[in-house]
Amino acid sequence: MRFTIADLKKGEKGIITDSSSENIPLKLLEMGCLPGNEVHLLQLAPFSDPMYLNVNDSFLAIRKETAALIVIEKTNG
Amino acid sequence: MGKQLNVALIGNPNTGKTSVFNALTGLNQKVGNYPGITVDKKQGVCKLSRGVKANVLDLPGTYSLNASSLDENVVIELLLNKNDKDYPDVALIVSDVETLKRNLLLFTQIKDLKIPTILVINMSDLMRRKGIALDIELLEAKLHTKIALVSTRKNTGIEELKQLIEGYKTISTEPCLDTTLIDEDYFQSLQKAFPNQDVYKLWLVITQDANFGKITRQELDISRFKTKSNQELKRLQQKEAIKRYQFINSILKEGQTIDRSKATGLRSKLDRILIHKVWGYVIFFLVLLSIFQAIYDWATVPMDLIDTTFASLAEWVKVTFPGGGKVTDLVAEGIVSGIGGIVIFIPQIAFLFLFISILEESGYMSRVVFLMDRVMRRFGLSGKSLVPLISGTACAIPAVMATRNIENWKERLITILVVPFTTCSARLPVYLIIIALVIPEGSIIGLSYQALTLMALYLLGFGMAIFSAYILDRILKTKYKTFFVVEMPNYKLPLLKNVIITVIEKTKTFVFEAGKIILAISIILWVMASYGPGDKFNNAESYVKETSTTQSTSELNDQIAAFKLEHSYIGIVGKTIEPLIKPLGYDWKVGIGLVASFAAREVFVGTLATIYSVGSAGEGENIETIKTKMANETYADGTKVFTLASGISLLLFYAFAMQCMSTLAIVRRETKTWKWPILQLIGMTAIAYICALIAFQFLK
Repeated sequence: MRFTIADLKKGEKGIITDSSSENIPLKLLEMGCLPGNEVHLLQLAPFSDPMYLNVNDSFLAIRKETAALIVIEKTNG
Repeated sequence: MGKQLNVALIGNPNTGKTSVFNALTGLNQKVGNYPGITVDKKQGVCKLSRGVKANVLDLPGTYSLNASSLDENVVIELLLNKNDKDYPDVALIVSDVETLKRNLLLFTQIKDLKIPTILVINMSDLMRRKGIALDIELLEAKLHTKIALVSTRKNTGIEELKQLIEGYKTISTEPCLDTTLIDEDYFQSLQKAFPNQDVYKLWLVITQDANFGKITRQELDISRFKTKSNQELKRLQQKEAIKRYQFINSILKEGQTIDRSKATGLRSKLDRILIHKVWGYVIFFLVLLSIFQAIYDWATVPMDLIDTTFASLAEWVKVTFPGGGKVTDLVAEGIVSGIGGIVIFIPQIAFLFLFISILEESGYMSRVVFLMDRVMRRFGLSGKSLVPLISGTACAIPAVMATRNIENWKERLITILVVPFTTCSARLPVYLIIIALVIPEGSIIGLSYQALTLMALYLLGFGMAIFSAYILDRILKTKYKTFFVVEMPNYKLPLLKNVIITVIEKTKTFVFEAGKIILAISIILWVMASYGPGDKFNNAESYVKETSTTQSTSELNDQIAAFKLEHSYIGIVGKTIEPLIKPLGYDWKVGIGLVASFAAREVFVGTLATIYSVGSAGEGENIETIKTKMANETYADGTKVFTLASGISLLLFYAFAMQCMSTLAIVRRETKTWKWPILQLIGMTAIAYICALIAFQFLK
């Protein structure tokens, strides 16, 4: 099954496997949303949108629609 | 004059770049414009030893050399154009200790442009506490740079940084990365096509054109070179980011050690409360409430003081130069009160920016965006739009200025355009007198009709702002795709120096840029109200004396003043527009009030006082007297002027019309064009006219 950051629950972690979708802003890639890096979902706003995460030592908030484009492998930590 | 050199400060947002700028330049800074765009240009002078001066340019924060906003584009355009007069002799890349990895991405990009670059690591005083250790020598060697460890909080390392700036010629310009590795074939063909150019620069120009649109550039013309598709380019840019991080990670592995156990849990502790699904909103509401309290209530003390000071100053001018005639009048009533009308906004602006800069500096503002994004985005607004919208309830001027913090231009523009709908405090005196006049006393379930009407007007203003934002969001087209990626910075105690400089800078901007427009219009309005053509205005006294029956001199003076106003230019305008405002239920006297309101809405009450000849009556009774006069005002056929219908119509007109020249002036300043304020003036006044028309025709 294909997991994305949007499928993470609060506190869960995953490793990015693919972030090549055309609609992912370049800025996000430059902040470290790149294959191999770990994502930690820290907190969710009401209705799980936006999502607050830690990746590559960056703390950022992105909308759920963007999060759903970044494919991950769940690691559960 | 000594030698001068150009220094550019570059860095990610939230790294304390502006703190470094403030530390280097102090108050020797000025805010200007980049031609044609709305980005502020912050420059300052830093004195180095032996009379050398550094012109320091504080560039907008950016995460990389790939622009996605006008602000970021400024950085790239400057660095790609060696002929620019601000092109840096040396670039300072400001990073903070904790986000070094991410900041090095930008650093390596700038290094690869072969610009002498110094890496400034801010907040170095926190290193030990955060469990971070850096091998500076190793990092300097691997990155081919000089590193300055500074703490703007403790004020350390600034002198060392200045020395490094002075010795910029000794800094290596060797690039960090072999950028051709991004795509060897492509970069080779690029180099072949432009043998004299730097290949990485060419690459930036190409991706810039693809991502952001053509930029104005004399030096390079890449249009004859066949590039790749946007999708391929983006894949290469991703590859570039990966390559750069590989390089950075390999260096940091040796040069940086992080003891994760030392990481303090301040962020997670505060986040747990501040963006909690319930408490987060409660706290934000309380924050808004205290901002509101400050600009609505606390600011009135200095504002009253300014008001009386300028009033007595005007009086003093009149008394001291009695022989000056018209010149004295112009100075006392036109210029002095015009300036007073500008200065009066300073307390509200200062208070609002005190709060906003604290919220920004502390890192809380990003949390607000996180909390509010989902609700606000539906209306084309940003989470940050809430602060301007709420402060608009005190005054639209500081509120429009507060939109500066919204990064997305479209969201910012929409916020600027709708803020004047919120019920500002200048509308209050107008509302109060009309409500008292036409809304019956009495109550329903313990709430008086009058209070309910007032509340309805506040809700109406806010509702209209949100509604028009929704409409504008669908109408306005933007050239640039925007994405929502918000950095959640660390919490930190705001630096007093930064807060103070922000407050001073905002106040200065308002006074000197919007102020001149406000002064000009208020002098024009004063002249229109104080002069008139023809005999009736000039010999008002004899005309009134002929017909008047009153014995009291003060009553006679009031009648003369009323007669003069009627026959002044502004009175003529009021009479001319009467056919236009008749369908709304107003006569020419109200028309004069409407025109005069353009100086400031609250002037409406004072103007009516003059036109109904109650000018010099005792201050306290004034309102009651005007009220009685207004209540008894009739048309020639004996019907009353102020009825429920015309009253509601007037309330709606005041709720929606753009009647504030100061707001127009500040919108012009913030959008750098007359297009938006004129659109606002026409649009809002049209809405007001239509609503008032419907209300009057329906109710009468």
